[in-house]
Amino acid sequence: MLLIDCPWCGPREDSEFTYGGQAHIERPSPSEAASDADWGDYLFMRTNPRGLHREQWLHSAGCRQWFNVERDTVTYRIGRVYRCGEPPSTDPQ
Amino acid sequence: MTSRYSILSLARNALTGHRDWPQAWRSPPPKRQYDVLIVGGGGHGLATAYYLASLHGIRNVAVLEKGWLGGGNTARNTTIVRSNYLWNESTRLYEHSMKLWEGLSLQLNFNVMFSQRGVLNLGHSLQDMRDITRRVHANRLNGVDGEVLDTAQVKQLVPIINDSPTARYPILGASFQPRAGVARHDAVAWGFARAADSLGVDIIQQCEVTAIRRNGGQVVGVDTTRGPIDARRIGVAAAGHSSVIAAMAGLRLPLQSHPLQAFVSEPIKPVLNTVVMSNAVHAYISQSDKGDLVIGAGIDAYTGYGQRGSFHTIEHAVEAIVEMFPTFSRVRMNRQWGGIVDICPDACPIIGTTPIQGLYLNCGWGTGGFKATPGSGWVFAHTIAQDRPHELNAPFSLQRFTTGHLIDEHGAAAVAH
Repeated sequence: MLLIDCPWCGPREDSEFTYGGQAHIERPSPSEAASDADWGDYLFMRTNPRGLHREQWLHSAGCRQWFNVERDTVTYRIGRVYRCGEPPSTDPQ
Repeated sequence: MTSRYSILSLARNALTGHRDWPQAWRSPPPKRQYDVLIVGGGGHGLATAYYLASLHGIRNVAVLEKGWLGGGNTARNTTIVRSNYLWNESTRLYEHSMKLWEGLSLQLNFNVMFSQRGVLNLGHSLQDMRDITRRVHANRLNGVDGEVLDTAQVKQLVPIINDSPTARYPILGASFQPRAGVARHDAVAWGFARAADSLGVDIIQQCEVTAIRRNGGQVVGVDTTRGPIDARRIGVAAAGHSSVIAAMAGLRLPLQSHPLQAFVSEPIKPVLNTVVMSNAVHAYISQSDKGDLVIGAGIDAYTGYGQRGSFHTIEHAVEAIVEMFPTFSRVRMNRQWGGIVDICPDACPIIGTTPIQGLYLNCGWGTGGFKATPGSGWVFAHTIAQDRPHELNAPFSLQRFTTGHLIDEHGAAAVAH
């Protein structure tokens, strides 16, 4: 069970949330200039790291806001929680 | 060299109190160079090595396993084997595997306890039944056995099932594949390991790959925790860790690794002689020869490499099982565990070549790789030996995520494998 600190509602268990996958994926722009490989990468390819992962969560049974979380995919420890639009931390961990 | 298992060897060893059985496979130190390296000593990797040696005459092969044989997903699944997929591409691949399963114990001289006790996929709504009918028709057109059962026929096969029309998710019927069933999972790893070893394959446990070395666009070897090893052909069969290995070669994959949990009950007397799966209520169950109920849950929504998941995921599966089998409500659970499954966007595997010469991928099996073990090894061995995919695995290329030619098996595969 993960305890996720929603930036709006505070700490809640993960069954209240919907997982949104890798954060900070940018849509190719301008899209008409994107190659098939660019689109394939944007749609399907993921970093899927073992360790620090920046990911999106939606508080679907709460405030229904999207936000970002830094989580370790091995220990499942949750680090920084930050709002959409805020930049990710630059330090490696 | 390994001796052949037979009734005579069993009797001979019984006389000496089973103390003198020879080792099933060697554990040699890694050589400096091999023709082919297989990264990952699970069922798929070991099967690949076995078919490379037995069918393609490539015997200077090493299987590198970071843990021990049968310590990963090979022994963490619920052992279900079936081939009733929807689309032609996947049905052909899984049915090829099914045919190999049917002769596997004899071929390997190792009892993998393949038991064709049938698999039921339940339908709980009119739409479920339409989908089931469509899938069974597709199966039969592809030469795969299958029939559509109504509620009474399901009840006849599984007398303890709750067939009440007032159930929260009433059972309206099922698809039934009689040739499907279960196998003893770690026997599959051990059987392939022993057979591959007897053909000269080196199986190297406790050997983790830490880097893939390249010379331009060609792989030339790996660095491992037991030193560097040279090879110009490397097959990656690393299941949940495929993205990590691929990243060592600078490749990005469309995979996301999730925890998938399963659990077994205390052993009870025989009460369930087939496999029951339900995508809608999200649970699957069979009874092992030992008597324990083997129950599979769904994946956790988040990605993770921790080989454990959330409690509410288990709770959800147990709720579904107790709804279908009220008589199991007082059975106690013995053990619970998680494995790391590599989920592909179309719920189909990736088996083929990569943009890097000499690097081959066999991954993305997600929640359902066990059933494919022999077939997966068979096509992957062909791909590595010929440097091009077999027609059975050609549709399952990494390239499909650029061309858009996905094989959308979510309908038959998404939840319950």
